[in-house]
Amino acid sequence: MLSAGIDIGSRTIALVVSNGKEIVQSAVVDTGFDPVKKAAEMAAGLPREVSVTATGYGRHAAKSGFAGQIITEIKAHALGAGHLFPGARTVLDIGGQDMKVILLDEKGNVEDFQMNDKCAAGTGKFLEVMAVAMGYGSAGDFGEDSLSGVPGTRISSMCTVFAESEAVSLAHRGADRRDIGRALHVSVIERAFGLIERVGGDLPLVFTGGVALNPCIVQLLRERIKGPVLVPENPQLVGALGAALKGLGKK
Amino acid sequence: MSGDYRKMWESIGLDLEAHDQLLQALPPTYGEVYLTQENRPAMDYFDFVVNEIHGLRIQELQDHKAAGGKVIGTFCVFVPEEIIHAAGGICIGLCSGIEIGSAQAEKVLPRSVCPLIKSFMGFKLARVCPYFESCDMVVGETTCDGKKKAFEILNDYVPVHVMEVPQMKREKDRLLWKGEVGDFLAGVEEVTGKRVTAESLARSVREVNGKRRALARLSGLRKNSPAPISGKDSLLIEQIAMYDDVERFTLKVNQLCDELEQRVRDGVGVHSPGAPRIIVTGTPMAIPNWKVPHIIESSGAVIVAEELCTGLRYFENTVPEDSESMDQSLEAIAERYLNINCACFTPNTGRMEKLVSLAGEYNADGIIHCSLSFCDPYMIEANRVEKVLKEKGIPMLKIETDYGQEDVGQLKTRIEAFLEMIS
Ligand code: SF4
Ligand code: SF4
Repeated sequence: MLSAGIDIGSRTIALVVSNGKEIVQSAVVDTGFDPVKKAAEMAAGLPREVSVTATGYGRHAAKSGFAGQIITEIKAHALGAGHLFPGARTVLDIGGQDMKVILLDEKGNVEDFQMNDKCAAGTGKFLEVMAVAMGYGSAGDFGEDSLSGVPGTRISSMCTVFAESEAVSLAHRGADRRDIGRALHVSVIERAFGLIERVGGDLPLVFTGGVALNPCIVQLLRERIKGPVLVPENPQLVGALGAALKGLGKK
Repeated sequence: MSGDYRKMWESIGLDLEAHDQLLQALPPTYGEVYLTQENRPAMDYFDFVVNEIHGLRIQELQDHKAAGGKVIGTFCVFVPEEIIHAAGGICIGLCSGIEIGSAQAEKVLPRSVCPLIKSFMGFKLARVCPYFESCDMVVGETTCDGKKKAFEILNDYVPVHVMEVPQMKREKDRLLWKGEVGDFLAGVEEVTGKRVTAESLARSVREVNGKRRALARLSGLRKNSPAPISGKDSLLIEQIAMYDDVERFTLKVNQLCDELEQRVRDGVGVHSPGAPRIIVTGTPMAIPNWKVPHIIESSGAVIVAEELCTGLRYFENTVPEDSESMDQSLEAIAERYLNINCACFTPNTGRMEKLVSLAGEYNADGIIHCSLSFCDPYMIEANRVEKVLKEKGIPMLKIETDYGQEDVGQLKTRIEAFLEMIS
């Protein structure tokens, strides 16, 4: 039996079709102007007998449209991460506009969770804005290059607007942009670490969401938690995978 | 609203234009939050009262004033309403559950003040609340710092009698509080021009106890599964309790309870039998603040109790009715009120114990702690609550929010995830 999960986030829509063991089909697209319409189009391309479970902030709109059932992002990431890494105890998800940390019990059930406040600080959006401010063509290049920054430079503000002007004025004073870049990545990690601490943060930890593709963030996270960070091959698909698994009756 | 009340509003000094805007903001929300609920019990009376919130009830207050009666406004459930009744006055809990007149309020208050305080100041400065404008006196208290200091400012616009509520519950605090209750009686007599007698006080104690018993009866019925009434409807009734006529309200609540008892016998409920049962606790939810309860119940759960000042804290415990003298009565009143578990007290262990026992009595699956932003007492006390509940294995979700709507999406995700977690 096949089941589809669709994760309608603020920046991207991810689709996964799974048979309960592996991912048989997947796609990630930008949300564009009308995310729910786009998601509906993606779902319309699926064979009729495949049930659709929606998650992400667009889930309610999807429910009144094409989705058979919905689950929260929290549950979806817990299911997806637990499937890819059985025995995982903490999931850190950093997406386009939010950050969450989920604590799992030994069976993979959600035991506790924390979400960031309603602002872009510490999210994918934050890193995108900083990449532009530091003159990089993409957030990927920004992360890659910041890996070689050295510690010592500090960004004190978590707020996207203030952090940006801090970074720019450091650059004007002649600081190396890789060091500034590293400091900006550290500020994201500090925020994530705060949430991890609040739920207890047992190991092993799985890192999901688009920001998990950023090598500098992964490296700094390893150092901060002093332990291994498990990153799935396609971290942006984990929520959609979890939703697909839910459709197959996983709890 | 049925009648034409513009003349009356004008005569009590409302800013009609600003008031029109307020009224426009109200009814659609009510329809969306309340009238779309399925399988409601007969709530006609309460719907009517809300609908006439600025109409008929205000007319009643004006008639009362025309006959020489006085109206006294309060902001806290520590203010003994039986004393106001005993002196022939009407006690009105001033609501402050909506963001209004913030621009005016911020002229006299800092921005980072709790929305409830900002709201009552805004209501007064913008002259949009006919209850506020009907008050001959309002009663403040020294509970949280924000309110305490805001009352000094409010006193520029309306006479405020401030009661000193102690911060602890030791013997000397009880004595202080009893003195305050006595002073309050004198203050009320002065405003109303009527003496309170042992008889009038005893009668008033019985009346207000009657209201409390009716509310407690309603609350007790919600222990059943399925719950015969929604949490939103119950909260609404608890909010109306603050400003409606005591005897009429008591009668109506008891009538509703008769129906609910029948529902319980028939096994009729408002949500599916397996719906998670939630207790909400935290800062008061003043009318028309139904934000979090609406999210909780539209996510498939049912709220079975409110450990709030617009809830259990308002009506649990009655005043003993066997006092033989005025002094004994006052003592009994003071004692009943000082037993309220408010986060302005230290320590406030009574609240944690209460929550644990409520969770058992109401068969709750989880507790949602809601504080208004910038409310230090409740936001900080959330830590104590969490600690105790964790020890007892009772799941809890902590929420901090205000009267705005920007965070509704995020709150919905957090609440749904909490419900997924506990069911
Ligand atoms: S929370 Fe405390 S201060 Fe506020 S109304 Fe209740 S008892 Fe009064
Ligand atoms: S909600 Fe908190 S800060 Fe606001 S008035 Fe009540 S106790 Fe004070």
